[in-house]
Amino acid sequence: MGNRTPLYSDHIKLGAKIVDFGGWDMPLHYGSQIGEHHKVRNDCGMFDVSHMNVVDVKGAGVRDFFRLLLANNVDKLKTRGKALYSCMLNSKGGVIDDLIVYYLDDAWFRVVMNAATREKDMAWVSAAAKKFGGVTVTMRDDLAMIAIQGPHAKQKVYQALGETLRDSAGTLKPFHAVTVRDLFIATTGYTGEDGFEIILPATSAPRTWQQLHSVGVPPVGLGARDTLRLEAGMNLYGSDMDETTTPLESGLAWTVAFEPSDRNFIGREVLDRQKAQGVPRLLVGLVLEGKGVLRNHQKVTCDGAGEGEITSGSFSPTLNQAIALARVPAAVKTGDRGTVELRGKPATVRVVKYPFVRNGKACL
Amino acid sequence: MSNIPKDLKYSKSHEWLKLNSDGTVTVGITHHAQDLMGDMVYVELPSTGTKVTAGKECGVVESVKAASDVYAPVSGEIVEANGTLADAPETVNKDCYGAGWMFRLKPASKSELDGLLDAKAYEALVASEKH
Repeated sequence: MGNRTPLYSDHIKLGAKIVDFGGWDMPLHYGSQIGEHHKVRNDCGMFDVSHMNVVDVKGAGVRDFFRLLLANNVDKLKTRGKALYSCMLNSKGGVIDDLIVYYLDDAWFRVVMNAATREKDMAWVSAAAKKFGGVTVTMRDDLAMIAIQGPHAKQKVYQALGETLRDSAGTLKPFHAVTVRDLFIATTGYTGEDGFEIILPATSAPRTWQQLHSVGVPPVGLGARDTLRLEAGMNLYGSDMDETTTPLESGLAWTVAFEPSDRNFIGREVLDRQKAQGVPRLLVGLVLEGKGVLRNHQKVTCDGAGEGEITSGSFSPTLNQAIALARVPAAVKTGDRGTVELRGKPATVRVVKYPFVRNGKACL
Repeated sequence: MSNIPKDLKYSKSHEWLKLNSDGTVTVGITHHAQDLMGDMVYVELPSTGTKVTAGKECGVVESVKAASDVYAPVSGEIVEANGTLADAPETVNKDCYGAGWMFRLKPASKSELDGLLDAKAYEALVASEKH
């Protein structure tokens, strides 16, 4: 038996197929992964993401701490509740984890990190905090997290949890959060759709989940979460980047703040060098021309540029064709073609700009 | 819950077979197999006239999660493949013993059918794989 979220028994009641995910017993789907995917693109759905690691970092020096710890710059967070996506790097520029950090007040930042990396993240952050001094790091295992995503997600949240939320959560711009009652409501997500991620006390999570379900929000499992995020062109830690790859090699250059040049964040030296000398490998999008499904770790031979590897490959229910993210030699350009061996036969892939899908619409 | 019709025969590689009155057999994959695979997105079947060998792969089913071979449960010749699955692979999930059938073949000889499992034996096989 793995770790279980406060919503585990609700998943069982809803007929979930449970799988192990990074040591957690999580719902893969509740009947049809593709059906759940379409629900989120066309209407809305809710995800139990309570396995994610919510950590509060407090202390007078918390902003300076994150200026050192993260490749993106928390000085971009000027108003309370604003959120920032960033990688946390080791000294070689490799990605320890990707995360979202929220600025709550001048002595309190909240971080949401991945579940499967929990132990090494906590070891790294705690060691850094000890060295830095003056900040405390607290895991919030008393909290749960529910994501409600899709074009109708916000309406359904107001209907289920209170129309008054329109005046608070409803006025948030993307990547902001507000606390209402015992709900920490953020306009973040991992699907490329409108919606909220709500962090709330573990004890009230089942009731909130059931309220959402009673207004017609269907549950969505990790299977659809993966195809949704891949269509949205969002990286998955452990697949698209890890400690052996830098953000610049992972399609995440936009998350690295090189200015100001005197902000000496951990891993900076390697990224500066890569930037000056040129990045050897890049993350690109691929679409398969023809039938079949692209899979993680398949080799892709790029015409005239050498070999790369698929880091996330799957079937896109929205586009009805196979899509992938792949790490390829830097000479590869959008529009290039390549070859992937699918079950012993060569198949042609085309290099495309991603995201593949945003707000329900194909971007190709 | 296992869904294993009593009137069908089964292979150890999770295909089902129905004996037709004209001597041909209809083949598909079992409820257990489609449940393990998840939502199907692609089905590739042998074309009519193909000679297949018992225990050898003769088709492919691919789901969001994984790809798997479909094996010929008996040797013989393909007389018909279910062309509707190319555009509607989800039929395999919705109705694996009915509209989701995969192909019909003419066994090379009657003895080909001897080694197959009945529903009870297949149920035991599925149960043993779960533990």
